[in-house]
Amino acid sequence: MDTKLEPIVKNIQQKFNATFEEFRGEVHLFLKPEQIVDVLTLLRDEHHFELLSALTAVDYYPQTSPRFHVIYQLTSLAKNLSLQLRIPINGNNPGVGAGSYPRIPTATGVYGVANWRERELLDMFGIEFEGHPDPRRILMPEGTEGHPLRKDFPLGYEEPQFTFNFDEIGLHKPRPKE
Amino acid sequence: MTQIEEVSIDQFKHLVSERALTGETMLLNMGPQHPSTHGVLRLLLELDGEIVVNCIPDIGYLHTGIEKNMEAKTYQKAEVMTDRLDYMNPMGNNLAYVMAVEKLVDLDVPPRAQALRVILVELQRIASHLVWLGSVGLDLAAMSMFLYCFREREQILDIFELVSGQRMMTTYFRPGGVWRDVPVEFEKAVREFLKIFPKRIDEYETLLTKNPLFLDRMLGLGLLDAATALSYGVTGPTLRASGVDWDLRKARPYSGYEQYDFNVPVLTEGDTYARYLVRIQEFRESLKIIEQALNKLPFGPVRSENRKFVPPPRSEIGVSMESLIHHFKLWTEGFPAPRASVYSAIESPRGELALMLEGDGGPKPLRVHLRTPSFDNLSVLPHIVKGHLVADLVAILASIDIVLGDIDR
Repeated sequence: MDTKLEPIVKNIQQKFNATFEEFRGEVHLFLKPEQIVDVLTLLRDEHHFELLSALTAVDYYPQTSPRFHVIYQLTSLAKNLSLQLRIPINGNNPGVGAGSYPRIPTATGVYGVANWRERELLDMFGIEFEGHPDPRRILMPEGTEGHPLRKDFPLGYEEPQFTFNFDEIGLHKPRPKE
Repeated sequence: MTQIEEVSIDQFKHLVSERALTGETMLLNMGPQHPSTHGVLRLLLELDGEIVVNCIPDIGYLHTGIEKNMEAKTYQKAEVMTDRLDYMNPMGNNLAYVMAVEKLVDLDVPPRAQALRVILVELQRIASHLVWLGSVGLDLAAMSMFLYCFREREQILDIFELVSGQRMMTTYFRPGGVWRDVPVEFEKAVREFLKIFPKRIDEYETLLTKNPLFLDRMLGLGLLDAATALSYGVTGPTLRASGVDWDLRKARPYSGYEQYDFNVPVLTEGDTYARYLVRIQEFRESLKIIEQALNKLPFGPVRSENRKFVPPPRSEIGVSMESLIHHFKLWTEGFPAPRASVYSAIESPRGELALMLEGDGGPKPLRVHLRTPSFDNLSVLPHIVKGHLVADLVAILASIDIVLGDIDR
């Protein structure tokens, strides 16, 4: 681990009881959902992590507990450091509809960029952010069913048409209505 | 099936001022003005006369599910998707991708391949900035700029065709090196470009930099201070025009950038004109890097010798059983990557282009996240256009250099 990064990681570890992993020089800190706003604020104000470079998620389906990792990639310009925060969360709660989605607190109050990135996560993974000022889909059209980057969302494809199955495929190809 | 829903004002209620609900201000779709807004970016404006009160960008029209598609392909095959991401910067996207794969599987890259990568990526930066400069000119009715810029860009695309066979969707960089060595004509073609391009930059500057009409449309508009820029994750020339000296080529050198002597242009004004000046200066810095890299281009192999990840040359397959096996395994099965995640970033013409690549132990990635600079750069737009005229919004939008392929992925 980078010598400049070590005291910061120790500090977070002690204060928030976090665990960490290291791979190829990158440090991943594991936190609980309710801690994220405090940790981000602390890192921004006291440790000069001015830039939230990326905010994304990973789906570990069919694993359910935790199913997702929400990932915050932070960059410090002043100290030239990187740190990744990961929040393991479970999948959908029982029930259907928007209320059953996993929820974590929003980071829009700490970093402005979190606004669009959290909308992207809501759109792509169906993860809700409590207190988000503008919870709409961002990339997919309004009214889309499902969340495309979840692993249980099928990747569609079109069957290639050859001479032997040309008519058969042509029959069930979607066409615009007359 | 997706249903198309009727959109009502209720959806945007929390984003517009109260005067829009009473009908005092007007809600209007802007466009098509910038080349990026022809059907792929919608800007919903709340206008008080000609003054922009609120701006609501609507994106996603170019969303093609590149991340999802890459997760369904092996590491070698996923690379072609990256070309389609930011179509003004295919070489840079390739570099970001292969660097992430190399970091994940711990693969070495020979020095010649690294230098070739730097030359081509810097040429790509110039080509991308040329398209930007041309479209800024076009937006501000300086039609001739567009034609001049595309003339020079053509020359760069010819060089790309020379090395990779393709003008735009190059896929020239591969994990562990580059596809094949450059042809003998490559050096001559690049030197030719290095010779004529400085004069062409002077020509652009004569046309624009001190042009009073251009200054009227650029100076003091769309002010972006450093704190807002950082909070909204703005990177690249747009951030450097706001006085933050942050360039990944200098701060975290990759692919041998530490060997080259170049400056990072930084301005403190933070307006559209400063963004223009930063990019014009980057032209000259890129030329410096290309010249140095070309002068000390080392000889040697262009692909790693690690046969577990890089296919053997064709000549070996006929005489070596192991090579045949490696070739067969790599092209049928692909190579496995560890169950771990890496984050690897490069400085693209628009800012920090990064990949978060997570392997699952098999030949396909579990998760590919493309951290694209334009997405974050556009998200700051609503904050910097408030109070400006609609006509100035055109210049501000152009100055942050967005590519919708980069935003929507």
